Amino acid sequence: MDDNTVGEAVTEAEVERALESDCECRDGMFPQGKIGTSSRRAFLRSGGLLTAAAAIVPVKALAQDASGEAPWSVPGRIAKSDYGTRASFEKVARLASFGGTSSLTPLQASTGIITPSGLHFERHHNGIPTIDPAQHRLIIHGMVDKPMKYSVEDLKRFPSTSRILFVECSGNSNAASRSASQKTAQEAHGLTSTSEWTGVKLSTLLAQVGIKDGAAWVLAEGSDGAMLSRSVPIDKMLDDAMVAYAQNGEAIRPENGYPMRLILPGWEGNINVKWLRRLKIGDKPFMTREETSKYTDLITLTGKARQFSWVMEAKSLITFPSGDMRLPGKGFYEITGLAWSGRAPIERVEVTTDGGKTWALASLQEPVLPKAHVRFRFPWAWDGTEAIIESRATDQTGYVQPTKAFLTATEGVGPTYHYNGIQSWKVAADGSVSNVLQA
Amino acid sequence: MSSRLKFVLIGTAVLSVLPLTVWAQQTGYSGGADYSFGTPASKADIEAWDKDVRPDGMGLPAGSGTYKAGAQLYAEQCASCHGAKLEGVRDPNLPQGGAPALIGGRGTLNTPKFKQTVESYWPYASTLFDYITRAMPYTAPGSLKPDEVYALTEYILAEGNIVPKSAVMDAKSLAKVQMPNKDGFYPDNRPYPVRKYD
Repeated sequence: MDDNTVGEAVTEAEVERALESDCECRDGMFPQGKIGTSSRRAFLRSGGLLTAAAAIVPVKALAQDASGEAPWSVPGRIAKSDYGTRASFEKVARLASFGGTSSLTPLQASTGIITPSGLHFERHHNGIPTIDPAQHRLIIHGMVDKPMKYSVEDLKRFPSTSRILFVECSGNSNAASRSASQKTAQEAHGLTSTSEWTGVKLSTLLAQVGIKDGAAWVLAEGSDGAMLSRSVPIDKMLDDAMVAYAQNGEAIRPENGYPMRLILPGWEGNINVKWLRRLKIGDKPFMTREETSKYTDLITLTGKARQFSWVMEAKSLITFPSGDMRLPGKGFYEITGLAWSGRAPIERVEVTTDGGKTWALASLQEPVLPKAHVRFRFPWAWDGTEAIIESRATDQTGYVQPTKAFLTATEGVGPTYHYNGIQSWKVAADGSVSNVLQA
Repeated sequence: MSSRLKFVLIGTAVLSVLPLTVWAQQTGYSGGADYSFGTPASKADIEAWDKDVRPDGMGLPAGSGTYKAGAQLYAEQCASCHGAKLEGVRDPNLPQGGAPALIGGRGTLNTPKFKQTVESYWPYASTLFDYITRAMPYTAPGSLKPDEVYALTEYILAEGNIVPKSAVMDAKSLAKVQMPNKDGFYPDNRPYPVRKYD
């Protein structure tokens, strides 16, 4: 980019101004929850403000660790930990919701497409069960020839498959459908994450038990206190469903279903039943609580509700810059974010920096995987005046992410689930970024 | 040439001329799909977990319950989270921050102040029985006996003016309950017509 002046324009004085400025944002450009100014200073000092600034910030300031010693002047740690932890300076965290029934992924701090397992969002209906994998069993029964019972070890003997997939709660962004009161990307949209999932395809397991004629639905049941249950059409089970036992190269985290969970690519999080213990094959839907009283989409214009709306439709979100950040001054920024669709691969993502008057294509980071988060990037020279920035995704079916206005006109005010309207962030002249409702 | 590269080249050459049947013999894999892992699930295994109930009554257990028994159970086991009048409670000190209202809300679903309760929104009485059986009360899920669940179902439905307080709830009567919003749902009709922007 021609006006990418980062390398020369940022001076030590500017870094210091960014450090000292009286800013309402929590942590400079990259807010990190409830941590204080000290870590923000540490972050900026360590070169996080802009990499190129490192060359002109005093070496001593950059090199200092918590003990005040330059890292190269003392011996480092020797290997001793059984399980690695991130650097002590890193404070990015999930955010628990009211009542502790969910926690949100810090999307504003995300890079690439994989969500670290420890930052994957969680949602549960009676807490996270503690399950001894040696005791856990998966029973498959109902309209089958041979009802079977599988241990975790049994499942691991089957041919395995791995896929990088997003899981998004269908209640994600529901507050954003009504207001802009959620300050950050995390608060407004943090119930979506992407992991690599490894397990056994359901088609493999169902071939073993033998499906009887007339079988059409499968009840999937978890072994948590809520014994969460959903009915899944057998076609989806035979298409691309899997029983997963691993996430990002290790056992699934307890909050995400340890020791095994159902994975239904592209479908709302709730139906990807965690702590899976039972699959019952039947000829009709079971009409559980989670597919009647909940996870149905009441359209307040008519008073009727859409049911069995499993697919998560195309959606995107700018994660940087995003709400509650503050840009230190005009100049080059790489706008970046995530796009995904449960129906088809992402075809394109467009970005506007003028509130929707003009749109331009963002670049998509390879690999662009179906039913996974896709990282998009868009170079931007901010001129220091107020700007509304938005992204919109289109998938390969031609479906275009709608505006909030379109969804409100189509569904009324009450869609609590499946909200995928375009998100607007306002960059004010002072660099502060806030959540605003689209006109 | 490195020994590693030699290995790869020789391996490729061998594989390229080796008939697949020979390869199958060497790996012991016949290409079949008979993975004899796991154990047959016994009748007892299945019965211990097979508690789900469908709208047509499939899965409803023996037993029965009355309004009076339900009222007492509700006061003891449910009112602290759902409210003495089934009106719902929101309190950060309660599990999950409180629990939703169970009755009220009829006629609100097509308004901006929609209120979704068992009375106004739930399409099937079987779902109420099924959910109480497996997931309630929150602090001791699965602890209620079928008679108790029938009684609570009768109490909640009667408070919602869906069944008379004189009714006895059992497998037969529960399967016949007509919920007020039973016709309030339709299958997914998305995607909407694609919106053209430009």
